[in-house]
Amino acid sequence: MVSLTIDNIKVEVPENTSVLEAARKANIKIPTLCYLKGINAIGACRICLVEIEGNRALQAACVLPVAEGMVVKTNSPKVLKARRLSLELLLSNHDRECLSCPRNKNCELQTLSERFQVEGYEYEGERHHLPIDELSPSVVRNPNKCVLCKRCVAVCHNVQKIGAIGAVNRGFKTTISPVFNKSLEQVPCINCGQCIAACPVGALTEKSELDKVWDALRDDNKFVVVQPAPAVRVALGEEFGMPMGSRVTGKMAAAMRRIGFDKVFDTDFGADLTIMEEGTELLERLQNGGALPMITSCSPGWVKYCEHFFPEFLPNLSSCKSPHQMLGAIVKSYYAEKNDIDPKDIFVVSVMPCTAKKFERSRDGQAGAGYDDVDAVLTTREFARMIKQANIDFVNLPDEDFDNLLGESTGAGVIFGATGGVMEAAIRTVADILTGEDLQEIEYTDVRGIQGIKEATVTVAGKELHVAVASGTGNAEKLLNAVKSGEKHYDFIEIMACPGGCVNGGGQPIVPAEVKGALDPRVERAKGLYGEDTDKPVRKSHKNSEINKLYDEYLGKPGSHKAHELLHTFYAARPKFN
Amino acid sequence: MKTLQELENVKNASIEDVKIRLAGAEAPKGVKHVLVCGGTGCTSSSSPLIVEKFKELIAQSGIDDKVKVVRTGCFGLCENGPIVIVYPEGTYYNRVSVDDVEEIVREDLIADRPVERLFHKPHSANETVEKTLPKINFYKKQKRIALRNCGVIDPEKIEEYIALDGYQALAKCLREYTPDEVIEIMTKSGLRGRGGAGFPTGLKWKFARNAQNEQKYVICNADEGDPGAFMDRSVLEGDPHSVIEAMAIAGYAIGANMGYVYCRAEYPIAVQRLQVAIDQAREKGLLGGKIFGTDFEFDMEIRLGAGAFVCGEETALMESIEGRRGEPRPKPPFPANKGLFGKPTIINNVETLANIPVIILNGPEWFASMGTEKSHGTKVFALGGKIANTGLVEIPMGTTLREILFDIGGGIPNGKKFKAAQTGGPSGGCIPAENLDVPIDYDNLAAIGSMMGSGGLIVMDEDNCMVDVARFFLEFTADESCGKCAPCRIGTKRMLEILERITKGQGQEGDIERLEELAHGIQDGALCGLGKTAPNPVLSTIKYFRDEYEAHIKEKRCPAGHCKALLSYSIVADKCKGCSLCSRVCPVGAISGVVKSPFVIDSSKCIKCGACMEKCKFGAIVKK
Repeated sequence: MVSLTIDNIKVEVPENTSVLEAARKANIKIPTLCYLKGINAIGACRICLVEIEGNRALQAACVLPVAEGMVVKTNSPKVLKARRLSLELLLSNHDRECLSCPRNKNCELQTLSERFQVEGYEYEGERHHLPIDELSPSVVRNPNKCVLCKRCVAVCHNVQKIGAIGAVNRGFKTTISPVFNKSLEQVPCINCGQCIAACPVGALTEKSELDKVWDALRDDNKFVVVQPAPAVRVALGEEFGMPMGSRVTGKMAAAMRRIGFDKVFDTDFGADLTIMEEGTELLERLQNGGALPMITSCSPGWVKYCEHFFPEFLPNLSSCKSPHQMLGAIVKSYYAEKNDIDPKDIFVVSVMPCTAKKFERSRDGQAGAGYDDVDAVLTTREFARMIKQANIDFVNLPDEDFDNLLGESTGAGVIFGATGGVMEAAIRTVADILTGEDLQEIEYTDVRGIQGIKEATVTVAGKELHVAVASGTGNAEKLLNAVKSGEKHYDFIEIMACPGGCVNGGGQPIVPAEVKGALDPRVERAKGLYGEDTDKPVRKSHKNSEINKLYDEYLGKPGSHKAHELLHTFYAARPKFN
Repeated sequence: MKTLQELENVKNASIEDVKIRLAGAEAPKGVKHVLVCGGTGCTSSSSPLIVEKFKELIAQSGIDDKVKVVRTGCFGLCENGPIVIVYPEGTYYNRVSVDDVEEIVREDLIADRPVERLFHKPHSANETVEKTLPKINFYKKQKRIALRNCGVIDPEKIEEYIALDGYQALAKCLREYTPDEVIEIMTKSGLRGRGGAGFPTGLKWKFARNAQNEQKYVICNADEGDPGAFMDRSVLEGDPHSVIEAMAIAGYAIGANMGYVYCRAEYPIAVQRLQVAIDQAREKGLLGGKIFGTDFEFDMEIRLGAGAFVCGEETALMESIEGRRGEPRPKPPFPANKGLFGKPTIINNVETLANIPVIILNGPEWFASMGTEKSHGTKVFALGGKIANTGLVEIPMGTTLREILFDIGGGIPNGKKFKAAQTGGPSGGCIPAENLDVPIDYDNLAAIGSMMGSGGLIVMDEDNCMVDVARFFLEFTADESCGKCAPCRIGTKRMLEILERITKGQGQEGDIERLEELAHGIQDGALCGLGKTAPNPVLSTIKYFRDEYEAHIKEKRCPAGHCKALLSYSIVADKCKGCSLCSRVCPVGAISGVVKSPFVIDSSKCIKCGACMEKCKFGAIVKK
């Protein structure tokens, strides 16, 4: 242990702790901008500068290791002056259109400027007027708002291990950009949006489809259906000031209905449907041969990653579409037929924790009923804005249910939103099928939690099933390399592109770095999902009565020809650059 | 090379061949060495052709059994290149062209009559025409330690280096000293880093020695980036083995078996000669395993940089070697604990390393006896700007700027008045006339607001506008900022914008204070040395030449008559004879008048090119 004094408070912390983290232990919040706990500590923004007794130069607290007897001042006049200068300089090259910025009031630069009373702009000068990259279906880059904190670069390079963006040019001309000034759309960006979640300002945002959805709602000829993903219900509340991880399933359904959607279905239903198809596919591969390990395919970021970086594993991917695409296909076929609606008039809106879903909906092989399965994808953030635009007092809404026919879901469907959830849901069903029993022990805790790679061996009906779960493509890379080298053998692998799974998706409410340093959204939101699972009367996908009705009335059995037509898709290797 | 005897054998076999070039040497009649400078400067003024021509004519004259042509590294007096020296007399020829070769061969080499018209020309009345180099003022006050072999040996022949005691220091270290003793010698010598910051070399080595790790590295920083500085290049071009030997010694001292020389790709001659030298050292067993029969092994490789100034900063340099964008890392951890590839690493500058073998051989007391109390030994400076003898000089620490500029440098050309000298390149500061007599060492330079830096020394005369000088240096650092930290990336840009507007006559009240505020903020807040020192030229020019800033801002006047936007040309009616020459030469038709009566300049049209002033025979045109 090392003891030091910060702002006259004695602190004792383990060796190699940064001064910043040590200060937090003493309830001193040193302000930061480029720092992102566990992801980015580079000392670049100079906001966290502190004064060290006996040291002439100010030091960045985020990268300064503690030392025995160190005396730190975090708010001396010299520190405050330097901190304010950095802010003033950052603002002098910042597109200060705060009022129209999607990050207005959730912007770390704005918060800091207010906190440190940056008044007026002393150092006006040349400003960037660079083109905005809007070609990607998922992510919009506005370099004119970028503060070069490199949090996005750290996430993309070090966590996701993709490296779609990096610093180019130098000095004042430095920008963050894909290689050779290409668009994100032309490089192996997997659209996961983790960069957006990391961005402290409005330099990275989702490509909005909100106007398109409003237009559809205003069109009398359109039958507009909405479906929220599992992870949305434990995050949406945050946009309305509710505690992190609050469960707002009922309020969400009510809000959707008030906005005017004709039907409010649930992607959880699609998740149950996915388990039916994917579970069957796994059993088929296990019993009759097929590429093993089978790997889940419900994360479109992961699928694109696989196509770019591990095309040799494409045969291992489950051919199942992701849950919202399945549900979209069912709405435009089964539901349309049953209610005598022309599928061309149906407009399916998915509310997702994900930016990659915006890309996924336009992939080839995502139009099961002859029409695009899904017509628009809104992120959780966009949907929150929609609720606000509709003047809905979200927090005080009564709970409502989803609509019948495609609204019922099980606990298995809801845990899809957390890493390991798809695996657990699948095992619940596969175990019942293999044993022919209705098993009561259904919580597979080995595959839960935010660890990057989890392994488990499940014994079902005397047979050992070796499974692994990875979240974050950096972990996926590690896991796949271990499989490739023959070091590891699995039957079934779940991979989610985002660390922690969909609860931490790139479309979720943005948590400021300072909050993230204390509270992990991956943990808090997952708690909400597992809570909802426990509260569900039915917790296995194959026990979902509406699912069974769908098979009885329309699809036949899982893996049928019809099911394949509507619910399955295909993949192809992708070049890294185009 | 497994034994000392082998080294002695090579030395004895080669010394005869090199001896002729040493002071006071004699040689049998007709035996001569023609040394032609092969440094970058002389190479670009055709010295390779001169070498070829010598070889051709010497062969034709049938004296090739007695006369040898040697291409060496830099002699230092680059202003007068290409340079040729003929030994044993040491006759020193300036500005030799290919056409002069025939005469030198005929007169000097064959007839023993020196070609006097190619001798060094004195700059002032107190200097006389001299035949040999050591007698020239430029060399008199120099003491060449780091540059000891430059201009003496053929850098591509390891035997010539060995002949002049090369690799003896390494042998001595490996056979007679423990690593701790080697470090002790370095500490006692008081050698400090010649790359800029002046950190004590012995201490740096000690930190790295004390760091526990199986793998350690030695890096030679040859990323010389200061505009106008070229001492490191010259050492690598003229004496690459001194760097290799020193790196091996450093490796032995700290426990490293691998070294990297990080050199900019725009030093092709240095890179090529260094590679030749590494190959030769390897071939002779002076790099590799079991050096001098001991268990010590050491090898090294060159890594090329793309020339970013920031890559001379040690942590950015390591990032670059590791294959990433050259951006500085925060310190601590310091390289001695966590350096290249996360391993303990020492980084020494080329000139620092070049001193080391001699310190080992002559002892630390010898080295410490030179210089000032806290700065021992010598320092190489690259003289440039408004100075008669542009070139490389090595002087004992403690020499005054006045001695360097006026005795060695030959003073300011064209009878102009000295205004200031910039040391430390873009990270340093300017030194005004009032400080000309300050003895130069690390601490004195820092005390007067400048720094030693890597040794660039740029001289400015009365025609230089100090605001514009500050703008020039800041333009460089702003451009070379890596862009990582906000104060440097945006702060230097904002300072540059303010300086630009001042030199354009758009300076505003409060701009000086704004500059100072930004400068202090950047010094306090920037991440690395580049950023922290970037404001120095601005602060020191404000300190010593505030009146020039004020004249620009308040009176919209450039006292040096340099800033174009603030100049106006006019014709003094009394002096104008009405010859019309000026109006004919004016490219924009701004001058009009009737012949034989005074002409007038229309300042709204004038582009301030100065062509009229140059043409006027009567001095009737003035600028102010």
